[in-house]
Amino acid sequence: MKILLRNPRREVELPGPLTVDALLRRLALNPESVLVIVGDELVPRDARLEDEANVEIRPVISGGRGIPALRERPKQR
Amino acid sequence: MKCRVCRGPAVLDIRRHNAAFCRDHFLAHCREQVHRAVHEHKMFDEGDRIVVAVSGGKDSLALWDLLADLEHDVDGLYLGLGIDEYSDESLRHARGYARAHGRKLHEIDLAADMGFTVPAAAATTHRSPCGACGLSKRHIFNSFARDHGYDVVATGHNLDDEAAVLLGNVLRWETGYLGRQHPVLPATPGFVRKVKPLVRLGEREMAAYCVLRGIEYQVEECPMAEGNRHLGYKDALNALEDRSPGSKAAFLFGFIERVQPQFASVAEGERDALNPCGKCGSPTSGEICAFCRLQERAANAPSPGEE
Repeated sequence: MKILLRNPRREVELPGPLTVDALLRRLALNPESVLVIVGDELVPRDARLEDEANVEIRPVISGGRGIPALRERPKQR
Repeated sequence: MKCRVCRGPAVLDIRRHNAAFCRDHFLAHCREQVHRAVHEHKMFDEGDRIVVAVSGGKDSLALWDLLADLEHDVDGLYLGLGIDEYSDESLRHARGYARAHGRKLHEIDLAADMGFTVPAAAATTHRSPCGACGLSKRHIFNSFARDHGYDVVATGHNLDDEAAVLLGNVLRWETGYLGRQHPVLPATPGFVRKVKPLVRLGEREMAAYCVLRGIEYQVEECPMAEGNRHLGYKDALNALEDRSPGSKAAFLFGFIERVQPQFASVAEGERDALNPCGKCGSPTSGEICAFCRLQERAANAPSPGEE
């Protein structure tokens, strides 16, 4: 199967069939941090991915929140 | 996997709920969680005008969509950060959503309207890019809402964001920050109310929501965020969550219910020490607020190649 990964964007190929869970473990990806999309469809972790599948593994983690302050912090005196 | 509600084929599993959902019941789950957060924390009063801080990413666009779906009076505000193609692409998604759904999007551009960009601010001050970005967003979203008659600023901070911020605050025992970390920050002189209606939904759920609703969003990570501390906290929490589903929610909600009130007085003391900024009037602990100082340094910095 062809697998599209992002951040950075790249493509890898792996033989199927595999479950989503097994694919993520093989790629050492945490299931909490990605969505798996086959064609245009989201699939859950027990879905079986066939050898000819086109799979996108989309990261869901966004960062850059920066300093955790919600408002300006008073100066230390 | 089958949908917990209708037993049809599931599209997404959520391990902390020990459940999976089909498309329609997942979207209903998201609406229910936002509705619950809004009511539990009394985020809105009747007739409130709400402005959503829109980045073009999954969280803010999903939030805008969910609040509008729940029939709140809600517009969007996009802040252009001047981060090259990343900002161009983000703006395209924000405009695309607003146009497709007939919603009002305000736009402010840091370079055109404030005279600097986030990369320039980071290069000319001691702040990290994320620090300069966060400071600019907090200042501008608040002052825009205050000056344009909005009662509330709603931000797309989700369960993962808040758990990661909490971990950072606990690791440093930032008692003032801990006292302010709550899904609702009430209005105080100079500040409009600030709310986080996605606090009951995880990051993965928000990305799934956008995919299932056909909302196109900025998928790429901000090029300036690479390696930041916040992402490290999220990785650590997700490693815990993978071994023990529900850990993030237990950490955050336990804090909100049982611990945050104990630090509230520290935050109140800090808030009482604020005065109006001599330049823009926003509350500050000094004479000139941090945003005005940042703006002055970044906007007056020589361009590359100048003396």
